[in-house]
Amino acid sequence: MITSQPGQKQTSTNLHCYHCGEPCKETTIHLEEKAFCCDGCKLVFEILYENNLCTYYDVAKSSGNSPDSSVYVGKFTYLKQPEVLKQLLHFSSESQHHIKLFVPRIHCSSCIWLLENLQKLDGGVISSSVNFPRREVNIVYNPAQTDLSKIAARMASIGYEPHISLGDIDKIQRRKAVRGQWLKIGVAGFCFGNIMMMSFPEYFSIGSLAGQESLQQTFIWLNFALALPVLFYSAQEFFVSGWTALRNKHLNIDLPIAAAVLMTFLRSVYEITSGTGAGYFDSMAGIVFFMLIGRAFQSRTYETLSFDRDYKSYFPVAVSILKPDGTEDQITVSDLKKGMRMRIRNQEVVPADAILLRGDARIDYSFVTGESDPEKKLLGDIVYAGGRQTGASIELEIVKPVKYSYLTQLWNHAAFRKDDAEAEQASMVNKINQYFTVGIFVIASIAAFYWWNAGENARMMDAVTTILIVACPCILLLAATFTNGNVLSILGKNGLYLKNAFVIEKLAGANAIVFDKTGTITLNSQAAIRFVGEQLPEKYRQSIYSLAIQSTHPLSLLISASFKGLQAKIVKEFCDVTGSGLKGEVDGKAVQLGSASFLGIKTVNLFSDTRVYVSVDEEILGYYSFDHALRPGLANLISKLKQRFSLFLLSGDKENDKDRLRSFFAEDAMQFRQQPDDKLQFISNLQQSGNKVLMVGDGLNDAGALRQSDAGIAVSDNVNNFSPACDAILDGKVLPKLASMLQYCRDGKRVIAVSFALSLLYNFVGLYFSVRGELEPVVAAILMPVTSISIVSFATITSSLMARRRGL
Amino acid sequence: MSALFILIIISMLVAGSFLFLFLHAVKKGQYDDTYTPSVRMLFDDSTPADPTTPSQETLNTKN
Repeated sequence: MITSQPGQKQTSTNLHCYHCGEPCKETTIHLEEKAFCCDGCKLVFEILYENNLCTYYDVAKSSGNSPDSSVYVGKFTYLKQPEVLKQLLHFSSESQHHIKLFVPRIHCSSCIWLLENLQKLDGGVISSSVNFPRREVNIVYNPAQTDLSKIAARMASIGYEPHISLGDIDKIQRRKAVRGQWLKIGVAGFCFGNIMMMSFPEYFSIGSLAGQESLQQTFIWLNFALALPVLFYSAQEFFVSGWTALRNKHLNIDLPIAAAVLMTFLRSVYEITSGTGAGYFDSMAGIVFFMLIGRAFQSRTYETLSFDRDYKSYFPVAVSILKPDGTEDQITVSDLKKGMRMRIRNQEVVPADAILLRGDARIDYSFVTGESDPEKKLLGDIVYAGGRQTGASIELEIVKPVKYSYLTQLWNHAAFRKDDAEAEQASMVNKINQYFTVGIFVIASIAAFYWWNAGENARMMDAVTTILIVACPCILLLAATFTNGNVLSILGKNGLYLKNAFVIEKLAGANAIVFDKTGTITLNSQAAIRFVGEQLPEKYRQSIYSLAIQSTHPLSLLISASFKGLQAKIVKEFCDVTGSGLKGEVDGKAVQLGSASFLGIKTVNLFSDTRVYVSVDEEILGYYSFDHALRPGLANLISKLKQRFSLFLLSGDKENDKDRLRSFFAEDAMQFRQQPDDKLQFISNLQQSGNKVLMVGDGLNDAGALRQSDAGIAVSDNVNNFSPACDAILDGKVLPKLASMLQYCRDGKRVIAVSFALSLLYNFVGLYFSVRGELEPVVAAILMPVTSISIVSFATITSSLMARRRGL
Repeated sequence: MSALFILIIISMLVAGSFLFLFLHAVKKGQYDDTYTPSVRMLFDDSTPADPTTPSQETLNTKN
């Protein structure tokens, strides 16, 4: 027995699911020679097999998705509603509907293959194509033969549930902007290259030889023509943003660029019309081209991530409404009114504050409060929006429309009107740039005054324009954009996805960190299990195992997994009471596993943990206690962070974990039973006492705090899933690295400062020569790209080296 | 020297046509997704019968 045990274990760990590739646990299902880890995977295999789609498994081995168990029949019926459809479709005619569906579970080439063969699963689909980087499927279907709800349900049944929410629709807008960016870079690059080429004769004074004036003139005027699209098209955004800043009476980063570009252009036009020179069109096009590339590098966003979701993305698009005559109707959430009766089914989210009228309500508020146990509600109780029903369907009467419900009111708070322009204003680059701009204008006016005083008006114009052109802060800004871009991409590779470059600085400047508990420093999925009671006799262990293995409830799975190497026995009269527990007869003894009330135990209902009681033949043996396991590496992270930051913990939960967390946080730094509003207030109080606060949270309940904080990081175990509005999204697995990531943000800031110093040096040297009139055109033309490229490489290489030093 | 003028015009036309093609490609959305097409081209057009899958009869009897 003992010798065979390791061998047995070996086989069970080596067996992997043919569909999803997960190691098969105790409940392996065999179909022919193939093993499946669960019914869901087997079902997908059967669907694919019946439709002759098994090539799926050839494209990439064992990479399927196990279908999400929370999908229920009728989940997508709301997609039949014409109003809902109208908002989702981006083209519709009698015979064709076009739609883009976001499918976060797309992850490999098999997924692409399967989703592009949707027409084999649904005859009404005309074509489907996948955009892998965006995790999107574009579907064209014939509304006469099928409808969207069928397609969505079909996709969910094979493990690719589309995430549909009205909040995400505006993504298409962003795409247009990205295309525009490419076009501008293309035009600027084309013009820059050709202007450089046309300027070669000028650099080497070829055209100025006698008899070649016409050639020289041709080159100059061609350069002029090529500079026009750069000025009027590619450089557009600098002018628009600079002008907006000027109108709002403040300086921004784009203003000096716009000024330099315009000044270079005007001076060049003056030179070529007056015949005094060839102009600086090459420099002008170069500035615009390099700046645009820098911008594109820095603003390369994470296309599948969304940083500004609010409750709308979490709430259902539509719910079932009961009309007075008893019939059911689907209605979009925004049309819900006070007094309506709605029906909420298992796993559906309650979209508005409502009174429970009928049914057994067990509401899971984990997303709103962080409290993980479902809360039982009695008839007449108020159920707040954001809760998820677990169990049979319930009927509720709405007391407040969605917008005014308890949870969604959070979004009316001033913190949610904070906008990015302020962040830009506060950034280091912008501050330095302001001094720089003012400095340049002072120097320019001094020079102007000097020459005007000397009575040489022509030289005055000369000096002023030269100073403005040479001292353009573009190199300065190039350094910042490229450093930021590199920091963003290195952090992204390590699992921290920032919303934009300004967040780097916010992270670098923080001095206090506030953590949420559930889901942030603890794992949602993995629980620490422990048995409380006398040690179980061996024969009971087997009976309990046999009963627990019958159910796929997460708690049952954890219990059965805690027994290793046991053989299951036959269970008679098995009964699974949803939400309560299991019972059955093993070896002639009645075994029960479940909640206190299920076993008939009378207790004060104030457990601090989740408990599953065990009884054999009516004798209570004890209970299993489940705690959320702390994330691995947390202790190390906290001890590192402690050296530099003051740490706080805010939890929506009860105090049960206080003892466990005492080693990490100071006694008075831990706050429990915090409502979303309390969290926001806590952060705001910290800020008022002069702290720069970094909030690390995960759920909707943290949304207010994330928003109020100077930098909000949302922790997510699956970055493509829902995360509340925030400045950065952190992959839960890399939380232990947070300390070095924050260090690295500070490094990034330092690199920018050093590059600034370097570019200032370039500027002074350039200014010195240009003022003395010793800068040969050819030297200037070569120096311009050389300085840009050297600064850019310095910034990129140093920031990469810094990352290596920090172990990122 | 007049040959040079013709050459300049031709070179600008050639370069311009490349620019036009680039702009056209961007507008058609060719730069929207730079990954999926590289995978898609490797798929076979037809689905060959997979010898490792169970036969229809065994599936039916199991159900």
